[in-house]
Amino acid sequence: MSFPDRKETEVRRMLEGPHPALPPDLAGRAAERGRRMLHRHQVVCTIGWLLLLAAVVAFGVWAAIVEPWATPPPTDTTPPLEGW
Amino acid sequence: MVRERRAARDGRRAREFEAFVAGAGGRLLHAATLLTGEPTGDTEAAERLLTAALARTYARWDRLRGEDPYDHTRRTLAALFAHRGHRYRRPRGGTLARLTPQERLVLVLRLYEGVAEEQTAAALGLPVERVRAICTRAVTAMRSAAARRGTTGTRPSAGTPRSGGTSSSAGTTETTGSRAATDATGAGAEAGADAGAGAGAAP
Repeated sequence: MSFPDRKETEVRRMLEGPHPALPPDLAGRAAERGRRMLHRHQVVCTIGWLLLLAAVVAFGVWAAIVEPWATPPPTDTTPPLEGW
Repeated sequence: MVRERRAARDGRRAREFEAFVAGAGGRLLHAATLLTGEPTGDTEAAERLLTAALARTYARWDRLRGEDPYDHTRRTLAALFAHRGHRYRRPRGGTLARLTPQERLVLVLRLYEGVAEEQTAAALGLPVERVRAICTRAVTAMRSAAARRGTTGTRPSAGTPRSGGTSSSAGTTETTGSRAATDATGAGAEAGADAGAGAGAAP
């Protein structure tokens, strides 16, 4: 059990090594890019909601004008059968 | 009113994010440098990778809902690297330059970051046995490279990929390593671990 562990510890020590210096403007650059992504996401969301709202309004207007539920009642006689 | 609240939230997010990067940035950049296989002095690709991952964390900052931003950044970093892995195949002379991108990713997640095997497997979309086999193979390759460096006293040139005698010897040691792991995990997992070792040795 300790054999693979020892190997892994050895490699872990190799991985630790010297840390590279963090560039001072990296946080700023990442934040700026993240802000743009967030803004884009918000714009897409707003457009989606507006489209949904427009679709609901359009459907309401169409339904109020056409009144598709007000169909004439079905006739209770069959058409005359002729030509037999 | 709404605008003021939004400005306050933006300011708070920016401050928190800056503090997070100041604290965790060094470690994350080192992980990214290990992934891209660059030497410590020249970390351009690693910085690009880390900036992309951090930007995604920033965009998600208000919706993390108690999730650790470090975990989120690490997961994004791994996903971005897995997605762009083919760009980093060329060895650049870093610590892990001799390994394939996938071996680097598994080694960094498992040993450097200490992520559990199951979580690594889930993050990479691989079976656990495969992750174990890749890890064993990478550890063997790293140790043999270090031993060679120690015995010959010369640094192996980063331009030569592992091939020929090196790869076959790595293959056999990996098999024995997996056998040892099989014995350790017990008879119950024997069939699965054997299948994993077979899959690991195939390519």
